[in-house]
Amino acid sequence: MNERSVRILSARWLKVLTHVGALTPLAALAWMFWQDQLGPIPVKAVIRLLGRYALAFLLLSLVPTVVRTVTGFGKIMRLRRPLGLYAFLYATLHVLAFAGLDFGFRVGLIVKTILQSRREIVGLVALGILALLALTSIRSLMRELGKTWKTVHRLVYAAGVLVVFHAIWNYKEWRVWPAVAGGVLGMLLVARVPAVAAFLRSWRQD
Amino acid sequence: MGKIDPSEITPEYLYLNRRELIAGMGALAAASLLGACAPEPAETAPTATATESTPPLGPTAMAEQLESELTPFEDVANYNNFYEFTLSKTGVAELAEDFETSPWEVEVGGLVSTPRTFNLDDVMAFQQEERIYRMRCVEAWSMVIPWRGFPLSRLLEAVEPTSEARFVRFETLYDPEQMPGQNRAVLDWPYVEGLRLDEAMHDLTILATGLYGKDLPPQNGAPIRLVVPWKYGFKSIKSIVKIELVAEMPTTSWMAASPNEYGFYANVNPNVPHPRWSQATERVIGKGGRRETELFNGYEEEVAHLYAGMDLEENF
Repeated sequence: MNERSVRILSARWLKVLTHVGALTPLAALAWMFWQDQLGPIPVKAVIRLLGRYALAFLLLSLVPTVVRTVTGFGKIMRLRRPLGLYAFLYATLHVLAFAGLDFGFRVGLIVKTILQSRREIVGLVALGILALLALTSIRSLMRELGKTWKTVHRLVYAAGVLVVFHAIWNYKEWRVWPAVAGGVLGMLLVARVPAVAAFLRSWRQD
Repeated sequence: MGKIDPSEITPEYLYLNRRELIAGMGALAAASLLGACAPEPAETAPTATATESTPPLGPTAMAEQLESELTPFEDVANYNNFYEFTLSKTGVAELAEDFETSPWEVEVGGLVSTPRTFNLDDVMAFQQEERIYRMRCVEAWSMVIPWRGFPLSRLLEAVEPTSEARFVRFETLYDPEQMPGQNRAVLDWPYVEGLRLDEAMHDLTILATGLYGKDLPPQNGAPIRLVVPWKYGFKSIKSIVKIELVAEMPTTSWMAASPNEYGFYANVNPNVPHPRWSQATERVIGKGGRRETELFNGYEEEVAHLYAGMDLEENF
């Protein structure tokens, strides 16, 4: 096998792995819910885990660009779209669980709660951005948008920052994991700064 | 307090537990079941079954409804905040398992005529009664807990506060060897809480020594803790070693940690949101679901006069 076919093959496997990896947490969560293994407050656990998965996939969707910069492995960019769409899927399920499982779709209470909560407002704005990005990931729309597409999709950086604050504001005191997520987001964003990206490219072997 | 809807009727196992508990504690417990909500002792223990449920009328009915909503012991003992051990609500019980609560002393002093140190026997010498209270956490979850304890006012009367005393300051044990959470600078240890003297003297304010008819489990603040049912849970300081009568408003641990988020009063109020989240509703632990939060956690009738003319938004 030449280098080219190895790369095509590995890109295909990466894609399969992405789908399996992305749906496994959902299946595990459904199983744990069904088996009553989610602790004393299952609804809270479901909401919180779906939120964490959404944030994890949002961060993962920012990884391919950095990998390409460092390794020059361009095919990895194919993972960006599914990873981003999974982030949107988990964010949607997260909000559905909040509105349905927790609030029983009592619209009045939900609206009141959101309007009083900085935490929920930033989360909702982030969801709006992810929805816009998911919509503009439809291939025909991507073609139509042309260069505008790239500008629109830079909004994912804003969504990432909002979601990190959404997680930090969830706790009375300073917690480690949202800070770690914020640090990872920061590194993934810094790697996009042209000067930094040029430096990273200089590491390449070829 | 609204009507009892069918979903709130006591599950049978709980109801049976209640009957055993009452039998175990005897007439005293049965009479005091109604707690501060009922001015007169009940002749018989209240019953709450599906067929007998009628709209609540007055304080007796309120106590009955609370009894029907009791949070299972398992949840009370395994889901709570006690940062001296860990930040995990489900992890406290295990870490607190070997917490040493005997011997124990509570030093009561400051602006009093007869300062005194109470040991556990002295504490238990105060007539113990059962009080079923709502507990509303600032994190927007709630429980209904049958405490055993006695009004704080009795202990304060025993040490005779002087006329300069205007506030009461409480302190939790500081012992990082036993309380691993105190090795982390989450808050400025030891934990400090405070009440205005009239709040402390209110009959609803108790020092609890037990729950569900048994001694307090270590994770719930053994051997002695405060319970102030109309304030957010963090006001109800646990494992108390020091009570001081003071002239100035004490700075509590949460006020020091985040002054724009946690005030001295911390009265439950659905109309004053936490800066980062709403307080309009609360997740009901055990039963599941959500209920709308009530002003002063449903104790408005009993405590609203304490805050007459005060801006509750400013004095959060």
